[in-house]
Amino acid sequence: MLVQILFYAFALVLLASAIGVIGLKNPVHSALCLVVTFFSAAAIWLLLEAEFLAIVLVLVYVGAVMVLFLFVVMMLDVDIEALRSGFTRHFWIGLLTAAVVVAEIIGVIVARGYGGGLDMGGTFQPLAADASNTTELGVAIYTRYLYPFELAAMLLLVAIIAAIVLTMRHRRGLKVQDVSAQVAVRREDRVRVLKMPAEKDE
Amino acid sequence: MITLQHVLVLSGLLFAIAVAGIFINRKNLILLLMCVELLLLSANINFVAFSRYLGNIDGQVFVFFVLTVAAAEAAIGLAILVVLFRQRQSINVADIGTLKG
Repeated sequence: MLVQILFYAFALVLLASAIGVIGLKNPVHSALCLVVTFFSAAAIWLLLEAEFLAIVLVLVYVGAVMVLFLFVVMMLDVDIEALRSGFTRHFWIGLLTAAVVVAEIIGVIVARGYGGGLDMGGTFQPLAADASNTTELGVAIYTRYLYPFELAAMLLLVAIIAAIVLTMRHRRGLKVQDVSAQVAVRREDRVRVLKMPAEKDE
Repeated sequence: MITLQHVLVLSGLLFAIAVAGIFINRKNLILLLMCVELLLLSANINFVAFSRYLGNIDGQVFVFFVLTVAAAEAAIGLAILVVLFRQRQSINVADIGTLKG
């Protein structure tokens, strides 16, 4: 019963903040609503006893990705009013699409509940008291999914390099130290020996 | 107790909100990226629910990979956004029609 109440509370917060993400005027408020959305999703995953992923969601998303979003939103000086033009015109199209999507998904779920195959209405079996979600996930990742896991690591490396290369810019006239040029300097570049006639003391 | 249907309906509603957000905020590139994050989150909720319901850990491994890809996508997307803003002083999708795609 307590789990059910908590689930409804977090689901309500999740949906309300998701509506806030798409509806609020200020992008900073939208980003903060997205933080709340991810946080309540993590709480729902905790209720489903997927503890490791819930913590990863909080650390990676609330901690890293959302800070990146907020940083970009605050760094760019965006003209919000121009971006909001046509909001009401597209509002009804968006609402209609959302209604169709909801009707289809709920229709499929209800229809599958009546049909054979998977029983959709069943409750989640509680895990054993000494079951460790992290151990189970770790065993799966480091044995059966080892190569996909390493591919994911490579993907993150490529993403780091791409983000740095994209945003790095060379400004002219900046006085920065060029280490390779300093190391590669030769004696002839710096020292010049002048031939001068010796002066006589009269 | 909560059933599988509860979680599936929740993720369906979240998906619909995100799709509506893409329609509503079709000019603001930052909000489009945020809506994509919401779409991926709703897919992840489904993965976790089915993984727990069927007692199979593979679904949660896939959530792991989706999170990786989503983080990479957010990082590169925002980097492109910053470069675009430097070039055009705007993040309006309507201003990026140079390629006429």
